[in-house]
Amino acid sequence: MEPLVNAVLLTLLAVVSIAIVRQRSLFGVVVLAGIYSFLMASVLIVLDAVDVAMTEASVGAGISTVILLATLHMTKSREYPQPRNVVLPLFVAVVVGGALVWGTLNLPPIGPPDTPIHMHTAPRYLSHSVKETHAPNVVTAVLADYRGYDTLGETTVIFTAGIGVMMLLKGRRRRHNRDEAADKT
Amino acid sequence: MLIAATLAVLAALILAVIRAVRGPTVFDRVLAGNSVGTLAILLLAVLGFLDGRPEWLDIGITYGLLNIISTLAVLKFFRHGDLAYDVGEDAK
Repeated sequence: MEPLVNAVLLTLLAVVSIAIVRQRSLFGVVVLAGIYSFLMASVLIVLDAVDVAMTEASVGAGISTVILLATLHMTKSREYPQPRNVVLPLFVAVVVGGALVWGTLNLPPIGPPDTPIHMHTAPRYLSHSVKETHAPNVVTAVLADYRGYDTLGETTVIFTAGIGVMMLLKGRRRRHNRDEAADKT
Repeated sequence: MLIAATLAVLAALILAVIRAVRGPTVFDRVLAGNSVGTLAILLLAVLGFLDGRPEWLDIGITYGLLNIISTLAVLKFFRHGDLAYDVGEDAK
């Protein structure tokens, strides 16, 4: 059953991606991107990563839709394609995609307990994490304790990006207000 | 029984995506997007029971909320061209 569900979902993902590229109305692109996120979340559920699927759905289909619409409000909602050479970008994309597929050929199969990912540090986390961190959830213990500095770095990056975007938007609004005041006098 | 339900949901998903890709109006796409969200919830539920983990149903509630928020945002933007639109502005 699982291979069939996966095959259908991945085919639909490819179809939606091509539709996003070909779509010129950016409003339609936003809707299609939401559909893409829901399909991707379903793929992740089939892969048994329910928590990742929930993040994908809430960020991709929920917040991104609203943010992209707010962006459309500030720009134009139609894309005017520039005539340009497509040979080199297509070549780069095909080579990179082929390299990625070639890389997956050497990966160990998903699931068996004797693959490297289950042999290295995972058993230690499973047996020691409750004693060492007192967190009942092993995933939380790994994210917030064993990889605490990694998570701190990620949060710093997102925080900085948020501050940058807010400053850009604020500068834009202040300039707008000044223009309006100049018009009145 | 559950396998038949999965197949039916997949078929409906294919039909909804076809409508979303072909358009032609924005409303077709918004409706198709909403349907895909609903079908994702159904697929989640059916797969949860198929795998013997019906507690996945709780995650379906989150999906339902998200679906409403994104559809409302899209429709509000289409009607007013602005997400921060206030109904009170009409009265002034």
